[in-house]
Amino acid sequence: MELSYSEEERAFQQEVREWLADNLPADIAEAGRAGDGLTKEMMERWHALLNSKGWLATTWPVEFGGPGWTPVERHIFEEECCRAYAPRIVPFGLSMLGPVLQAFGSKEQQDHYLPRILSGDDWWCQGYSEPGAGSDLASLKTRAVREGDHYVINGQKTWTTLGQHANKIFCLVRTSTEGKPQEGISFILVDLDTPGIEMRPIKLIEGGHEVNEVFFTDVKVPAENLVGEENKGWTIAKYLLTHERTNIAGVGFSMQALEEVKALARKVKRGGRPLIENPLFAARIARAEIQLEAMKITNLRMLFQAQSQGAPGPETSILKIKGTVIHQELRDLARRALGPAAAPFPGHVSDGNIVFGPPDTAHNAARYFNNRKTSIFGGSNEIQRNILTKTMLEM
Amino acid sequence: MDFTLTDDRRMLKDTLSRYLSDKYGMEHRNKVAYETPYHDPAKWAELAELGALFALAPEDKGGFGGQGFDISVVFEELGRALCPEPVLGSLMAARLLGAAGGDMEPLLSGEVIHAVAVDELDAPYDPADMAATAEAKGDGHVLSGRKTAVYGGQAAQVFLVAAMLNGKPALFEVQAGDAQTVTYGMMDGGGAAELMLDATPAKLLMADAGDALADAQNAGVLALCSEAVGLMEVTHAITVDYMKQRKQFGVPIGKFQVLQHRAVDMLTEIEQARSMVIKLASELDGPEAGRFAAMTKALIGEAARLVAEEAIQMHGGIAMTWEYPVSHYAKRLVMLDHQLGDTDHHLGRVIEGYAA
Ligand SMILES: Cc1cc2nc3c(=O)[nH]c(=O)nc-3n(C[C@H](O)[C@H](O)[C@H](O)COP(=O)(O)OP(=O)(O)OC[C@H]3O[C@@H](n4cnc5c(N)ncnc54)[C@H](O)[C@@H]3O)c2cc1C
Repeated sequence: MELSYSEEERAFQQEVREWLADNLPADIAEAGRAGDGLTKEMMERWHALLNSKGWLATTWPVEFGGPGWTPVERHIFEEECCRAYAPRIVPFGLSMLGPVLQAFGSKEQQDHYLPRILSGDDWWCQGYSEPGAGSDLASLKTRAVREGDHYVINGQKTWTTLGQHANKIFCLVRTSTEGKPQEGISFILVDLDTPGIEMRPIKLIEGGHEVNEVFFTDVKVPAENLVGEENKGWTIAKYLLTHERTNIAGVGFSMQALEEVKALARKVKRGGRPLIENPLFAARIARAEIQLEAMKITNLRMLFQAQSQGAPGPETSILKIKGTVIHQELRDLARRALGPAAAPFPGHVSDGNIVFGPPDTAHNAARYFNNRKTSIFGGSNEIQRNILTKTMLEM
Repeated sequence: MDFTLTDDRRMLKDTLSRYLSDKYGMEHRNKVAYETPYHDPAKWAELAELGALFALAPEDKGGFGGQGFDISVVFEELGRALCPEPVLGSLMAARLLGAAGGDMEPLLSGEVIHAVAVDELDAPYDPADMAATAEAKGDGHVLSGRKTAVYGGQAAQVFLVAAMLNGKPALFEVQAGDAQTVTYGMMDGGGAAELMLDATPAKLLMADAGDALADAQNAGVLALCSEAVGLMEVTHAITVDYMKQRKQFGVPIGKFQVLQHRAVDMLTEIEQARSMVIKLASELDGPEAGRFAAMTKALIGEAARLVAEEAIQMHGGIAMTWEYPVSHYAKRLVMLDHQLGDTDHHLGRVIEGYAA
């Protein structure tokens, strides 16, 4: 047993830390701290900075432009990014479609699309979920019918994250209604400028716009945009979902939240004393911190397993469940600590200069509500438990 | 023993319920709750006409109710409809004016909206910690300090303000026109104000208002907890209904036992919450009101969070949207913990009682 990083890993950590200190733009870090969302321009600027350093496509093999890092190095990189309040890279092109094209795409598709993901020329979004197909993704109904050298797509996708910034969408579509539902699904790439596509915003609980509905009416897509074989899309979908689950524990983000909560509880007062001295509230922090400390090691144990055995196992569902619950609890504490100062709706105050809580806390209530999503998407925590029941308990 | 409502209260409940479901539907509610002035002045007047405010004061003060159960009937219905009208301020002001002996008619008729300003940023929840001060000046007083999250303050014409006078919490009346306010809409809809007092002229109502403030807060806690029961019941009903409709994997998700049991746990917590509210309503004018208020608010704080979070989780993505009512019920349920003392504050009060 050796819990610390090797000498090389520590040197790598230092290198990353220094590069971030020198290159992460202050306005981008500040937007992360304040939690009021990054603009498209900020996301693109950070994407380009990482790309020029060669640290963008952290999961890609070297031949496609990845840095060739081990899982532990990737983990160190993510940890350092969180520490510095660097934003999370938009995952749809880099962590989802990239690996799919590398494993299932044709040479032409790889040559065309992969460089455009790196350069930022293409912004991809994910067209999996439909109004009737959430947890039961295989029941999806959006139809693609082959007509000559095209597919004609009709149907609706929903929950499309950051679709408003995207120019492309990868979709799961139904190409056959025969056999089991999983057997008639295909994976296809669609240009969002194609006639017949309409995108509508969905406003979320806290008032933000990060997801959309996408409607397809007789949308003609070239047949060469199919990835892999027709009716073999389910295999690709499942492959992609395992990539969606990298860094699923979100330990770095929870460490940020823990520090924020502690700093906040030292500043705000109850009964004339700092809130952190209130044993009831301090116990809430302590419980979350203990869970997080254990989660760091659980995460590393699974990382080590992935490093030595190749692929992450179904145990990663444990990371998803516990990781989201810890983070949601910390977001609860960050809201709770503010007391009455959590009440204002950000942006709905008659005098925008007036201060309520300590710096960077105006969005604490909004962030708590928005974060309820993390136990729903990427396979809900109930679905993760079903997976664990089947694979780990064999019941 | 009898756990049924009197005929008068049953009638009041039905009247409010019918009015709110006819006139204050979800679409209208969301329109007014998140835009200035963060309530609907016309509907406010209609609610007052129906007696929603007169029900909050006893007959000898010009009302027709004023007991714990009158308060809980009114606020439970407001909760069911997720109504953002500033009734809480009226209730607390009615308790304070009742103790101070002021004229209640303008308040109870709804003509003059009152808001109560006690909390401060560094002294949330407990008037004993407050820093705002009063000073005698001429034949009146002036107040200084900042009052925070004054619910309904965005719409109020009159503020009842607590401030320290000669080392004691005193109660003052401040006209909205004399005070500098910053108004805002809240995360969960409805409005509030920050009251920036800076040698602001005020009329002294009570020099030693400690007991009156405690009584107003107990009544306010009863109101919020009754509201929460209404909110939780509606949230639960929508959730159960959705579980029966929504199909995944070829069956209604309500067929999954793991969700069934959680929906039952929500129900259990709601029943416990209702019982505690009944207890507090019956004790409101008794010697142990403070203790039962603390117990009720602590219990409701936890139940409300559970119901809000579970309702969202068991719906899936749909309850994360602005368009779906549960998201707004959930916000109200959670943010209610930030009003008049959160779970920990009230647990602390219960614990303090053990030392005595
Ligand atoms: C903010 C946000 C962003 C998203 N971004 C994207 C995106 O970019 N692209 C995309 O394709 N999708 C996206 N999604 C969709 C997400 O993947 C779905 O919300 C998720 O799959 C759950 O589906 P659902 O919302 O339809 O809930 P449902 O599947 O209807 O589930 C409702 C409830 O039933 C439970 N349940 C379902 N089946 C079972 C079972 N067998 N056993 C026990 N419980 C069960 C669920 O856990 C949940 O609690 C996003 C969702 C959100 C909220």
